Amino acid sequence: MSESVRRGTLKIFLGYAAGVGKTYQMLDEAHKLKNEGIDVVVGYFEPHGRMDTITKAEGLELLPRRKIAYRGAVFGETDVGAILRRRPQVCVIDEFAHTNIPGSEREKRWQDVKVLLDAGIDVLTTMNVQHLESLNDQVWQFTGIRVRETIPDWVVKQADEVVMVDLPPQALLNRLMRGVVYAPEKAHQAMENFFKESTLVALRELAIRQTAHEVDVRQSVQDETEAVGIGGEDHDSLSSQGPRTSDRILILVTEDPSSAALIRRGRRVADYLKADCFALCVFRDGSLHNIPAGQREAVEKHMKFARNLHIEPSVLQGEDVAQTLVDFARLHKITQIFLARPQQKRWPMIFGRGLVERVVRLAHDIQVTIVAEHRRQQEG
Amino acid sequence: MSTNRRPDPEQLLRQLQAEEQYYKRGRLKIFLGYAGGVGKSFRMLDEARRRRTRGEDVVVGAIQPKVSAEVEALLQKMPVIPLRTIGGVPTMDVEAILRRHPQVCVVDGLAYDNPPGSPHSKRWQDVEHLLSAGISVIATVNVQHIEERREGVERIWGKHVTETVPESFLRNADEIEIVDAPPDFCLQRDPSPLAAGETSATTSLPQQLSGLREIALLLAADVVDFQLEAYLARHGIEQLWGAHERILVCVSPYAEAAEMIASGRRNAERFHGELFVAYINRPDVTLEEKTLLERNLSHARAAGARIEALDGEDPTYIIMQFARAHGITQIFLANRMSNNWWDRVFGRPVEHLIRAAENIDVRVFPV
Repeated sequence: MSESVRRGTLKIFLGYAAGVGKTYQMLDEAHKLKNEGIDVVVGYFEPHGRMDTITKAEGLELLPRRKIAYRGAVFGETDVGAILRRRPQVCVIDEFAHTNIPGSEREKRWQDVKVLLDAGIDVLTTMNVQHLESLNDQVWQFTGIRVRETIPDWVVKQADEVVMVDLPPQALLNRLMRGVVYAPEKAHQAMENFFKESTLVALRELAIRQTAHEVDVRQSVQDETEAVGIGGEDHDSLSSQGPRTSDRILILVTEDPSSAALIRRGRRVADYLKADCFALCVFRDGSLHNIPAGQREAVEKHMKFARNLHIEPSVLQGEDVAQTLVDFARLHKITQIFLARPQQKRWPMIFGRGLVERVVRLAHDIQVTIVAEHRRQQEG
Repeated sequence: MSTNRRPDPEQLLRQLQAEEQYYKRGRLKIFLGYAGGVGKSFRMLDEARRRRTRGEDVVVGAIQPKVSAEVEALLQKMPVIPLRTIGGVPTMDVEAILRRHPQVCVVDGLAYDNPPGSPHSKRWQDVEHLLSAGISVIATVNVQHIEERREGVERIWGKHVTETVPESFLRNADEIEIVDAPPDFCLQRDPSPLAAGETSATTSLPQQLSGLREIALLLAADVVDFQLEAYLARHGIEQLWGAHERILVCVSPYAEAAEMIASGRRNAERFHGELFVAYINRPDVTLEEKTLLERNLSHARAAGARIEALDGEDPTYIIMQFARAHGITQIFLANRMSNNWWDRVFGRPVEHLIRAAENIDVRVFPV
């Protein structure tokens, strides 16, 4: 790449469910840009058999998909190479959260989009709020669905614009019943699961609040840049003494499955408080290599997950996890320690023996947050 | 339907009457925006057009004096009831609309004040009149004109707004839809999206627009939250985990709560959530304890928290009961260091609460 390519701008059309009109609104914008004389192509578009969307795509240049064979079937993915060769000013890429089929150049579509942005191409894309990584547990609680295709929050934070595409849930349900969104059989099934009115209302609220937050973040970035003259990326690091906050959050990462929810929540709170966010793993004996394989894999998975959310985990050896954690926190001027809630059965019969109690007692100068356990109503 | 109680006929009648009233009343849909050029009028008229193609009888009751070309194009295809003039001021002709009695009436700009001599002083009251006459209304409004948001709007905009609509009017609408777009989008389509000649010395126009956009989104979220709660209450569903952060700070006479409350306030602001401060009512409180508690409560009042006095014997139980009833997502507690043998064996109140909280974050503050 040449030395100083202007980075493309990213605009996300954010919705709360299939059928609210994200793709339609994005294509509408593409037409407007085209009418202004801007060179626009559609790099990837998911028609879902919806007539109004298909009609809306007419008149726009649609690039063919890249064919990828996987397990005896052929799949079409975004052809990043073809888009780079075609070099439009603006490229439309539907469904930002999509995971590419194995054998594609990159695992995630948002990584494809990054390549286009780096090459100076502006991108318009769509996503639903439930694909945001830090909301994964909350969304599961509303819907009972564990969303697998997620986007790290920092990726969305880097977008230049996030626009809310709104439709009242009742109107969405009407569209569903009229067969606009899905074929009748699938529509019926959807209404019994994801498309329950209370679920839709809750997701809609999440999407609106998220958009407000995105507007807020961009405003304060603008204010700070104008006030102090700083720019560029903010990576959390142990040495960073950023001017923006005094809050520093430390997450204890373990092999326990609850670590994932803990990392998400810690990241989200840190983002909202504009705090720096760190993670720590403590091993009783020596290094990662001395612990059983299953446990090690679980910890490594959680550490990878933390890195994916731009949290750099540290690893320490210590006989006493609580003491090691609190010492580390003091050393690094942590203001808040995040701990998972122990499983009920593991609460000790006598208080003061469990990790949570020990940390709370030791950390007499640091706040300790015990993060909620997300459970569905019907489940035990 | 299986009932184990015989319905009270009086109650049944009242319920039927209420339902009948509800079905006789028109439906209200409001498009909410934050500035000119965002596209409210277009979206509203586009909906009107779609409803007409589905066979509904739609007329335009009022439209803004200045419209874009694309709005004009939509308007061409719609039947319009002309405005009438009262004392030289054009105003919506409610009488004519009632006589015409369409199924749906389009009202652009809810926040107008009617001239003296009109049947109602505000246009939203005209709309209320149409609704109770069984005419559905689709309308637009900008966040600047919502009575309860005026203070925040004026801080950003620097202009005192006189023409307002109460927030309850939005909350009780059947549907609201947010019309969102970035400030640049509005500026491209309307060079003065915030009424002519309004400038504030401290912030640029895009910054003002961005601030107003945020207020509009938060207002929409609050309206949706209100509707969600109403829905859950109607269907008897317990809310386990809200889309809205609600922070409960527990205070007592024994620990200085200034830092906890300040932190609670900051969290509530950053999450655009709500702040509650609760304390436990004790009948045997001493004068000294009362003074100390009062000092903590004064911090809570200064932070704009909702203050609650809780009654009961078991603090863990009553705090949790309150938290569940109010959809609390974070509890803030002071960790008072007592280390007597009783606490060591049976656990301190903080530990009991951590254990009971389950689906709520608990943040323990050192004191």
